[in-house]
Amino acid sequence: MPVLAEKSPTLPAPTAALPTRASRARVLLVVLAVALLLAVLLGAGAGALPVPVASVLGVLLHKLGLSTSLAFEPQQEAVVWAIRLPRVLLAVLVGAALGLAGAAMQGLFRNPLADPSLLGISAGASLAAVAVIVLEEKALKIVSALPGAGGVGAYALPLAAFGGAGLATLFVYRVSRRGGRVLVSTMLLVGIATNGLAGAITGLFTYVATDAQLRSITFWGLGSLGGATWPTLATLVPLLALPLLWLPRLGKALNLLALGEEQAAHLGLPVARVKWQVIGLTALAVGASVAMVGAIGFLGFLVPHVLRLLGGPDHRFVLPASALGGALVLLLADTLARTVVAPAELPIGILTALLGAPVFLWIVLRTAD
Amino acid sequence: MIANNLSYHVGSKKLLHNVSLTARPGELLAIVGANGAGKSTLLKLLSGDLRPGVGEVLFEGRRLADWPPAALARRRAVLTQQHALALAFQVRELVLLGRYPHFGGQPTARDWAVVAAALDLVDLSHLAGRAYPTLSGGEQQRAQLARVLAQVWEAEGGFLLLDEPLTGLDLRHQHHTLAVAHQLTRRGFGVIAVLHDLNLAAQYADQVLLLRQGRAVASGPPAQVFTPDYIHLGFGIEVELLIHPSLGYPLIVPTVSSHP
Repeated sequence: MPVLAEKSPTLPAPTAALPTRASRARVLLVVLAVALLLAVLLGAGAGALPVPVASVLGVLLHKLGLSTSLAFEPQQEAVVWAIRLPRVLLAVLVGAALGLAGAAMQGLFRNPLADPSLLGISAGASLAAVAVIVLEEKALKIVSALPGAGGVGAYALPLAAFGGAGLATLFVYRVSRRGGRVLVSTMLLVGIATNGLAGAITGLFTYVATDAQLRSITFWGLGSLGGATWPTLATLVPLLALPLLWLPRLGKALNLLALGEEQAAHLGLPVARVKWQVIGLTALAVGASVAMVGAIGFLGFLVPHVLRLLGGPDHRFVLPASALGGALVLLLADTLARTVVAPAELPIGILTALLGAPVFLWIVLRTAD
Repeated sequence: MIANNLSYHVGSKKLLHNVSLTARPGELLAIVGANGAGKSTLLKLLSGDLRPGVGEVLFEGRRLADWPPAALARRRAVLTQQHALALAFQVRELVLLGRYPHFGGQPTARDWAVVAAALDLVDLSHLAGRAYPTLSGGEQQRAQLARVLAQVWEAEGGFLLLDEPLTGLDLRHQHHTLAVAHQLTRRGFGVIAVLHDLNLAAQYADQVLLLRQGRAVASGPPAQVFTPDYIHLGFGIEVELLIHPSLGYPLIVPTVSSHP
């Protein structure tokens, strides 16, 4: 049996190679990034007027001020630049935000089944957004009329959705945590209750809504990236910048949290601060996404789960990979949604649920053993 | 590490009353006592999981609450009784968690070397690549021990707090764990461990603190604390002390009838 040296600790020669899983995780990140770039080019080309990848690239480089030999027609430029690219980028941003939010939430709840849509957090964001739409006539007009509140209009919806998402997260986290532990069954039941409650109040709002408001409200239920323009992107980017840049930096913290709060604290983690960061940043990511594209289910739980199977559970890998993977999956799903029954469109929520629900069931059955 | 007059109560129930202790680097301090005597409560107060109602805990002359968490984590590691792990980490990834207070972004080759050495020390090198949840209870316990060892590996005069580190271990690894703890004290570490087996405590501890109903009954070297009178007071059982013929350790043998 090995024994300690009497004086200073002896160490074996440093191992040259990283453990295999860590190096595989790095390869996966690169693969995901390359796949995402390709998907952007393909997505911007696909549609009623197909544009070859080379021409898409030509448009992009031209807009960036680079002259290339890649040829494209003015009509192609108009379609790619004004219509497709905003939508592709919206899918990338929202997909990344939802993938990250899901991975971070699973780290916080210490459970692979935690997901913003299952736990009622998206529903909380939707409720707040619907409330803003319905109450807009009365309440918002007053707020917007205040001096210096000119910009409130564009941000009212995402900020309200952020508030709704934040409150729902806090509620679920507080209620499902007993004695420092989150019980899966309690967590999922609280999620059902939150979904039901938020849905019921949203239903109440639809009663008092006008026809025009009803049409906007229906949109939240299904989710669509159809509203993408450069101005909507300009609204979304500042809201998502914080969670997209900050959440991937919490990998070490969430790894430590997997040991339990007490042990994490003994390893120097400021547990309370990390929890508030995760709750606030995921609420911002989910709230801003829901406000822009409606509730898109299952993505935040499907993507991290698949990535954990491929590259291991280390959050330093899972978080950035979930951002890339979420962007990739949502972009592909949206490209499919708008091409498969063209010229009509499938609601994107239907596609993600078709993909996600079977995986969810599979995890439940597998962990039940 | 010094604890002064610690008291702790939940509601009107006093779990710990006026307990003081001093643990020095280079010594293994065993906390013993019957079930419910307050051993784990005392360790939680020493580790900072609980805050004493009265009294204070000093570590290296500084109140525990005044330590920045990250700095404390580099000097002192705590092994609690719960070994749940929410993620299917490999054993070496689990042990690497102990190095987190020491590196910023990516672990260095030295961090991995410490992980390897800590795994070697607890006799788990052959399972380094296994998923933690697939280990047996005793192997999980040893993997967690490797994690706290890796945490304070290079801390001169650092401290280890172990709450019942032998639970679920086989005879060989019970002795091995305490032998590792003993060697650490020879390297200048301080170790405080809650132990159940008095014979093991007698064999490995430098100091013993005997608790009974939240109060310190006796403290000092094993030979002073492990007397039939004190053990009867602490555990309510009659014992005889035998001296091991060749090793010289006291052997504590209950004299109750096996057919009451």
